[in-house]
Amino acid sequence: MTSPATRRRPQAASPPASESRTTSNSPSPGPGSQLRLRAPLRVRLRNNWVMLALMAPGVLFFIGFFYVPMLGNVIAFQDYQPFIGFKDSPLVGLANFQELFADPAFWESVRNTLAFAALQLIFFFPAPLALALLINSLVSPRVKKFVQSVVYLPHFISWVLVVALFQQVLGGAGLFSNYLRDHGMSPLDVMSDPSTFPLLITGQVIWKDIGWGMIIYLAALANVDQSLYESAAVDGAGRWRRMWHVTLPAVRGVTIMLLVLRLGDVLSVGFEQFLLQRDAVGARAAEVLDTYIYYHGVVYGDWGVGAAAGLVKGVIGALMIWGANKVAHAFGEHGVYSK
Amino acid sequence: MTGFGFPLRTTRAREERPAWEEPPTKIGSAAKAVVITVICAVMILPFLTVLSTSLASRKEITESGGFVLFPTDPTLEAYRTILSGGIVSRAVVVSVLITVVGTALSLLTTIALAYALSKRGVPGSKPILLMVLFTLLFAPGMVPMYVVVKELGLLDSYWSLILPVLINAFNLVVLRAFFMNIPEELYQAARIDGAGDWRILTRIVLPLSKGVVAVVGLFYAVTYWNAFFNAMLYLNDSGKWPIQLVLRTYVVQNKSMTSDQLGIAHMPPQQSLSMAVVMLALLPILALFPFLQKYFTKGVLTGAIKG
Repeated sequence: MTSPATRRRPQAASPPASESRTTSNSPSPGPGSQLRLRAPLRVRLRNNWVMLALMAPGVLFFIGFFYVPMLGNVIAFQDYQPFIGFKDSPLVGLANFQELFADPAFWESVRNTLAFAALQLIFFFPAPLALALLINSLVSPRVKKFVQSVVYLPHFISWVLVVALFQQVLGGAGLFSNYLRDHGMSPLDVMSDPSTFPLLITGQVIWKDIGWGMIIYLAALANVDQSLYESAAVDGAGRWRRMWHVTLPAVRGVTIMLLVLRLGDVLSVGFEQFLLQRDAVGARAAEVLDTYIYYHGVVYGDWGVGAAAGLVKGVIGALMIWGANKVAHAFGEHGVYSK
Repeated sequence: MTGFGFPLRTTRAREERPAWEEPPTKIGSAAKAVVITVICAVMILPFLTVLSTSLASRKEITESGGFVLFPTDPTLEAYRTILSGGIVSRAVVVSVLITVVGTALSLLTTIALAYALSKRGVPGSKPILLMVLFTLLFAPGMVPMYVVVKELGLLDSYWSLILPVLINAFNLVVLRAFFMNIPEELYQAARIDGAGDWRILTRIVLPLSKGVVAVVGLFYAVTYWNAFFNAMLYLNDSGKWPIQLVLRTYVVQNKSMTSDQLGIAHMPPQQSLSMAVVMLALLPILALFPFLQKYFTKGVLTGAIKG
């Protein structure tokens, strides 16, 4: 993400050198003059008081609900006691981390997380691109619009609803099992079977977000210069060769950007989704890092260990983003942020 | 919505095959049609099942073992039951209130900060922008978040569902990008006419950005309506539950609703009741969906490409 501000580099943060010093007491020239000289800070504060007032609530929000909790990660190094608060709880060094790394349940949750992430990378990640290519190849705009509407919808419903819907169709008392029962077969309860759980989870993710993931690819495809296809066809490239040489290069940058983001998020595999279905299939199959943090940190009140696990997760996620971006740069792509 | 500087179509308006393109093969077209049909069916079927079952009569439910795809004798009894007071009605009221109040507050604060960060020369705007962008890369973590909410005394208060998620940094970036795209001349002309920052915001910027504000507002509304985990984390009192928590308890965990919870004497079948709750949670989203669709690709793409 490069902010638009970077495109307007000329106004550097440091005041321009010698020539401004002689005129720093004169009021700043009016808007529209190309050579903007910095007015003194006092004047700029007075001229912008409305803007500063508009900023205040937002800034307070980010401090209170992002930066203070960030600092609150100090709990990971404390024996946190709710009634004292984290300002006065005793420091215990790395004891929480030792306890965390000695807990087999933690390693199991890490293993589960990585397994689910790998499944999603293999099955979910390419799905939106495949669907975008398919929709892009349709001729009738009306069919295109209809299919798009249908596949967008699930993105906007909550995970609770998604799980409820899946239960109605695939659960032990659901549509599918009823159909099997009516036709003299034994019912299948896909929703509470630990062995098929990874597939179920991946299926739910695809069902919910394939349409959402597709939007950005469709936009990239809509911006391809149509004459490229024509000249490729004139040069004798068939349908598949055109896709390989024209269409896929057009979405390469976007794909790599999304892949970098996905890798950075490799330790988050959909918290609510697992939390909702953990009871049905059991903790062994459905415990991921996030649910481990929730049950240890919040439910059992083991605050320090929960915070330590969260910190481990955050640091690894940041390292992953950074590493994936490095790789993307090495391949000459933008990645998520530029150098 | 104007002035994006790049085409924002996700579909090419292509009525006919260009002359250079080879005609589709029979097998290819058939395969495509089958795949598209299957995808649409898989997407729509669950919704249909739920809708039909919530409308089915008791007789049909018992005959079919709980599922009806096409109710012959549709009845609204299940909806009447859950909306006649009791736990579900209360949850709907809570969710509507949180969605309305939350969306309004989120929009106000997000617009204010985005506008202030879009003007050049405001002291401190650079570090504040960096401070906002940084939040896109990390998350503070669940436990510290809980502790902060607890120490602010927000546990079991409805504010705990609004304040911690008040501003979404991504939405902020989308709005700011849009404000920065408004031609500089407009701002200058307004300043020459003597308008201050506040008047420029209310008279020029907001009327020009109705579309993008609508997108961001819709996104906020959907997020508040769908909020589940934060409610579970911060609200212990089941009397305060929003609709998603009720949904989890009575549909996902399959607890039965008793007649005294609903405050009625005779009960429609549980199956219809829980499907009616699912439909209730779904209705606002379905109502907003046409608008979401109209705008959201634009909003998302502005953020993604310009952000």
